Amino acid sequence: MHITSPAFKDNARAALADPGLQRALANARTGFVAKRARAVAALPEFEALREEGRDLKNHVLAHLDFYLEAYARAVEAAGGRVHWCETAEDARRTVVEICRAAGARTATKGKSMIAEEIGLNDHLSASGIEPIETDLGEYIIQLRKEPPSHIIAPAIHLNREDWIEAFRTAHAHLPPDRPFAERKALIDEARSVLRARFLAADVGITGANLLIAETGSSVIVTNEGNGDLTQTLPKVHIVLASIEKVVPTLEDACTILRLLARSATGQEVSTYTTFSTGPRREGDLDGPAEYHVILLDNGRSAMLGTGFQDMLRCIRCAACMNHCPVYGAVGGHAYGWVYPGPMGAVLTPTLIGVDKAGHLPNASTFCGRCESVCPMKIPLPKMMRHWREREFERHLSPAATRWGLGLWAWVAQRPWAYRLAARAGALTLGWLGRKRGRVSSLPLARGWTEGREMPAPEGETFHARYRRLAKRGLA
Amino acid sequence: MAGSEADAKERILGRIRRGLRRGPLPPSVAGGLIERLRSHPRNLVPARSRLPRAEQVALWRANIEREHATVADAERPEDIPGLVAEYLAAQNLPPALRLAPDPFLESLPWDSRPLLKLGFGRAEPGDAVSVTPCFAAVAETGTLVFPSGPSHPTTLNIMPETQIVVLRRSRIVGSFEDSWDLLRAERAAPWDGPAGLRFMPRSVMLVTGPSRTADIEQTIELGAHGPRRVHVILLKDDPG
Amino acid sequence: MLPTPKTAPRVALFVTCLVDLYRPTVGFAALRLLRAAGCTVEVPPAQTCCGQPAYNSGDRADAAAIARALIPALEPYDYVVAPSGSCAGMIREHFAALFDDDPEWKQRAERLGARTFELVSFLVDVMGVERVAAAYDGTVTYHDSCSGLRELGIKAQPRALLATVAGLRLAEMEDAELCCGFGGTFCVKYPEISLRMVSDKVERIAATGADTLLAGDLGCLLNIAGRLTRLGREVKVRHVAEVLAGMAGEVPPIGQAKGG
Repeated sequence: MHITSPAFKDNARAALADPGLQRALANARTGFVAKRARAVAALPEFEALREEGRDLKNHVLAHLDFYLEAYARAVEAAGGRVHWCETAEDARRTVVEICRAAGARTATKGKSMIAEEIGLNDHLSASGIEPIETDLGEYIIQLRKEPPSHIIAPAIHLNREDWIEAFRTAHAHLPPDRPFAERKALIDEARSVLRARFLAADVGITGANLLIAETGSSVIVTNEGNGDLTQTLPKVHIVLASIEKVVPTLEDACTILRLLARSATGQEVSTYTTFSTGPRREGDLDGPAEYHVILLDNGRSAMLGTGFQDMLRCIRCAACMNHCPVYGAVGGHAYGWVYPGPMGAVLTPTLIGVDKAGHLPNASTFCGRCESVCPMKIPLPKMMRHWREREFERHLSPAATRWGLGLWAWVAQRPWAYRLAARAGALTLGWLGRKRGRVSSLPLARGWTEGREMPAPEGETFHARYRRLAKRGLA
Repeated sequence: MAGSEADAKERILGRIRRGLRRGPLPPSVAGGLIERLRSHPRNLVPARSRLPRAEQVALWRANIEREHATVADAERPEDIPGLVAEYLAAQNLPPALRLAPDPFLESLPWDSRPLLKLGFGRAEPGDAVSVTPCFAAVAETGTLVFPSGPSHPTTLNIMPETQIVVLRRSRIVGSFEDSWDLLRAERAAPWDGPAGLRFMPRSVMLVTGPSRTADIEQTIELGAHGPRRVHVILLKDDPG
Repeated sequence: MLPTPKTAPRVALFVTCLVDLYRPTVGFAALRLLRAAGCTVEVPPAQTCCGQPAYNSGDRADAAAIARALIPALEPYDYVVAPSGSCAGMIREHFAALFDDDPEWKQRAERLGARTFELVSFLVDVMGVERVAAAYDGTVTYHDSCSGLRELGIKAQPRALLATVAGLRLAEMEDAELCCGFGGTFCVKYPEISLRMVSDKVERIAATGADTLLAGDLGCLLNIAGRLTRLGREVKVRHVAEVLAGMAGEVPPIGQAKGG
């Protein structure tokens, strides 16, 4: 996927000025927040489950080698094949090899962020295999040739008119002036267009919300059922999963699943939660003949033992971005790559480098709302701060900032210098704003005064007044 | 596995261990983890999944109806073909069914409804209505549990627009964990693998109502790709 | 609630650099409230800044240096109290993390952190204050500053005390807990996003019909007041301590001139 993260500020500016996007974001923001709150209120054990989820994932990460090997053995015992892939390039190449060996011309796809991460669709097309997105949100962005803007609702940035326009253009075989009186008309049309593609596909590619070591199963959750049609109908099923997705047992999967849907959409459970274990068995009347798992590293192992290890607990629910006021203001495309919002601010620099993604962990007030709703209790602001430390060490922050911080730190360690500076500041600003109580324009603080007045200080510092009053016994 | 793939595996495991600042796990630790897989202990199970029987059934029903499925009661197995025919008529659906080749479904007196056209097997394009058994149902969330097998092809759960599910009331359990334990107990096959049993079929679908999407303007619409309608015939096979 | 101390506790008032520079009245309001609650309060002269700007900019070294200068100034007291959730939070929740490689300083930071509180939560949770003797004629809406809310659990305490202010009516705003967009350097590094966030906050305030906005953090208050004034909105912005201490008459609202 084309990276535009370095242009975050320009992207954000454009997003703020886009009325269609702002309307769509307002809908999404209030919807998800309220729904999650209702779901959490309806389950008294939710907080306890968050702690269990965190502890469970920490246990897995501490023994990740063991669980991955146990998982792979179980997949193979069920008749599946596991392909260990270190890089995005390895994964892409392996998927194409499997498709070619099966003589595939088309591949249906369930929603997979890993597929986005490795740029799979373009690679499939270039290799003569047509990828067909079947999740409705992924389908429309495929038609519009744009990236997803949210990790579970990829088309959240679109309004109904956008859907209608895209369908009229893409489904040229249908009467061009057909009405789309309700949303249902769009759904019905997509159902019918995609059903033919489901039936004709040679290969089905899905992601995996979880991998289960006990049984060698992959788990997907959808509301549409597209994942099931994708993985059941074709003769080959390929699962794309990064290595941190594994959990030990079915019981552990239950814990994570209780957190996932509630945190993502506010449902108690997604409509379809499906556990797949290998290819069809003797006596089965349907199911794929081949079952492949692409186990992808792509930078995850490098996060272990670092200040970013906790990010590997992420279950991709999107609660953080749903509750983030920055994401809510600018939407997902502004972040410039696959993963937006707070989780994207932490993960993107690890995957594409902090030199490209440097803005993302900086565009945060550390309000902490993300961490407070994360089902896996990931300390997102702490890790964003960690990125800022890395940038500071590597001198990636602007020189003026370093200079200013260094000067303030020098002053702050010397009370006498601090008091002088504070008095000077209070007096100057106080004088500038003496008539109206505020200052409308400050050359060094244009970022502030472009939209705000700068209130004037009282004019005397606390310490100066305190000393004055104390001398007269009045403090 | 090809040579280079085996190398990739070793390199990935090696990087994991380096990150964790250790070598491969000593047998004592690995043994403990194997035992954890074998004994699959339960984590916290919400209180609502541990209700007395009557409330449990009522909870299942309230949950699945909230998720846009419908439920009809059958007093005896002989009533089921009639209930199916009534449902089709009420929904204005053609009297043609694709049924799972399940012994119980096959044993029902379908000839009491001779106008119903029956086909047994996996779903074919063009099948409008499927009829399937149900291995278990989970009260916690109003969920139906469909393990695949020769008597329950998965395509019956996802291809037709309408799915009719025959569920024995005795198979309603409280929690997801209860349904996994049933599967382990009833479908175990011998295996000399290092951890756990062999009991998982190719697919286990946990289904909670008909297909839906909220992708367009965050508003729910039913019938995205899977069935638009899920109708459960609840057979009262237990004292209740 | 923590057990109420039996003897008059010795409290160090950490005024914070924003209060020092901008609005000393808040510091004096804090003094009045703490003394009314039975504390002996001193203002250690060696205090400067808690180091948040450096810390949140990734400059750990400077943040640690500032902490090493501040800790000895505040240690000799039973409690440290600051009229700011973010500054109290910095000392309470983050100082120890600055000294992962230095067990001695880490322990000193942890001990100090355990005795450091934001002003209103100290009054209610530690000193057991249940009412104040102030009056304020107006309808107030309250903004929950992020650090105070999420790091220190400050939510009910200011509302509990405001409810005892004679004549004061409280009108809750929607999204009281949503960030106002200040975020320290964020508001000048990402000004357009910050402006959107503060504008949303201003709309929420306007929808309550309140004539007064209160909060416990001066950074938030300067940010919101700046936007309100630029938009010509007639809402009085004050630090909650000013109202609780009955000192609202001694200084104009933030961003407004005397008599204006």
